[in-house]
Amino acid sequence: MSGAERIEPLKMSSVVELESVNVRYAKNWALRDVTTAFPAGAVGLLGPNGAGKSTLIKSVLGLVAPDRGHMRVLGLDVRHAPLQIRSRVGYMPESDAHFPQMNAVSFVAYCGELCGLPRADAMQRAHEVLYYVGLGEARYRTIDQYSTGMKQRIKLAQALVHDPDLLFLDEPTNGMDPKGRDEMLELIRDIAHNKGLNLILSSHLLPDVEFACDHVVVMDKGAIATSGPIAGLKGPGGRVFEMRIKGDADRFVGVLRSAGLDCHATDEDVMRVFVPDDRGAPFLFKLASQERVQVRHLRASVPTLEDVFAKAVGEE
Amino acid sequence: MPIHDQGYRRYEGKRLPVGRAWWIVARMHLITAFKRRWFLMVLFAGWIQFFVSALLIVAPVLFPQLSGFTSTTPQTFRDFLNRQQFFVFIITIVLGGLIADDRRANALQLYLSKPLTRVEYILGKAAPLLILILGVTLVPAVCLLLLQIVFSGSLSFLANNLFVLPAITLASLARALLSTFMILALSSLSKSRRFVAIMYAGLIFFTSSMHQVLRQITGSRAWAAISPGNMVEVFTDGVFRIRVPQPVPMYVAVLVIVGLIAVSLWVLERRIRPVEIVA
Repeated sequence: MSGAERIEPLKMSSVVELESVNVRYAKNWALRDVTTAFPAGAVGLLGPNGAGKSTLIKSVLGLVAPDRGHMRVLGLDVRHAPLQIRSRVGYMPESDAHFPQMNAVSFVAYCGELCGLPRADAMQRAHEVLYYVGLGEARYRTIDQYSTGMKQRIKLAQALVHDPDLLFLDEPTNGMDPKGRDEMLELIRDIAHNKGLNLILSSHLLPDVEFACDHVVVMDKGAIATSGPIAGLKGPGGRVFEMRIKGDADRFVGVLRSAGLDCHATDEDVMRVFVPDDRGAPFLFKLASQERVQVRHLRASVPTLEDVFAKAVGEE
Repeated sequence: MPIHDQGYRRYEGKRLPVGRAWWIVARMHLITAFKRRWFLMVLFAGWIQFFVSALLIVAPVLFPQLSGFTSTTPQTFRDFLNRQQFFVFIITIVLGGLIADDRRANALQLYLSKPLTRVEYILGKAAPLLILILGVTLVPAVCLLLLQIVFSGSLSFLANNLFVLPAITLASLARALLSTFMILALSSLSKSRRFVAIMYAGLIFFTSSMHQVLRQITGSRAWAAISPGNMVEVFTDGVFRIRVPQPVPMYVAVLVIVGLIAVSLWVLERRIRPVEIVA
């Protein structure tokens, strides 16, 4: 094909850059002055429902026009080259989406063709990708007959078929059973770490992001709360303790905080205590003894993304 | 273990430049339409009138004694196109779900997240309708004209009626464009192809009936302007230079047709969005 072009593999530090991006739906601001950069590799976009994650993804895809700000994806300006960007990225939407009256292999091949693959290549890639996501045996069934988990997989397949440089996954484990969710996360991790694709995983589920990603951008109320490598944000291990006490928990939390420790309650009466130096467990026992509360459970734990998230969005 | 690699592989092949996706969309819909056997029969039925008309053109040449009974005039082609209106209606109704189906399956955001503009998307949806409608209007009418030239053995008919070919083209395009964009606009307003078909049929028949009622009440034929079907007929008569009293002047018919197409395009512009924002 004379007009065909070949795209070289991508090597750059930031795959997505946003600068003072504001997006408004009617009177509601969905994104407020968002400035951040998504490094290459697997990046989690984390935040509670309504934080603006999907809007951010739709903005960088050019589906939503920002009121203000500049965005660059793969080095291309979103405002000036949206089609070039969309031909190099894959998008897995949050909600169910497919083309009606098609079986899986036709659907995925059609998506490949829409992204610029020649017809024969698109069909071959469709078969390969469907096997990869675990739908090889079901590829001739119409998508209307698929279960929720299978629909999630086919959405991943359509996003992968044209071999994008960057993959946007919007809540990819929504509605999946535990086994299917684990398999989906394994797939995502494999894509990011073994296949050399950059991906941005939008999720409100901390374990999903922690399992599949190396970096995280935390959003809350339309703004960036924090961002960085997950390991860096969690900090060195051994500083966080899970603690359960018998006694006046509220008063003890106050004592811990007055002693310079960061402390917040989690589910089931367990509090997570950040000890910022090497005083460790003996110091906690000493405080408990002074306050005459009984320590029923104390376990040193590695800080999790949950801690980072809670800290970033200011949760207790 | 499978004997072939079932893992993910990077794609090393060629990619086509952006800007051709509209044809991929159009081709997919055409292939889907042609897979329905009953729809192929409808298309074939749409050509039956062509064969009958062709026979009326050929017969006087083969049997000179019939020449007094049939003769080809510009009105022959006007009548042919007016009779084909039934098949235009059927094709339009059958393909009425092109956008409604996408809205039902939430496919708009998928389409528009690919390297495809909104204009290309609409073009990809309009092209199958235009191709199929022109396939039962423009194509058979031009074929009839060619048959007339071939079997008459001279270009005298064409030379005496130079306006016929442009008239066939304009009348066919008016039907195709109006039907296509009206049904696409209605399709973008609903998630049900049946509801779209009902709305379209209602629009065509209701306006025609209303025209008749208002005409009876007021005694004015100008109410024909509210009926798209009547305006297409006025326009067709105009381009074929048929001298009969018309309910409205030709320019009114043109304004109504262009206005309806413009309104349809405006509706499409408002409705074809990747993100539906509810204020």
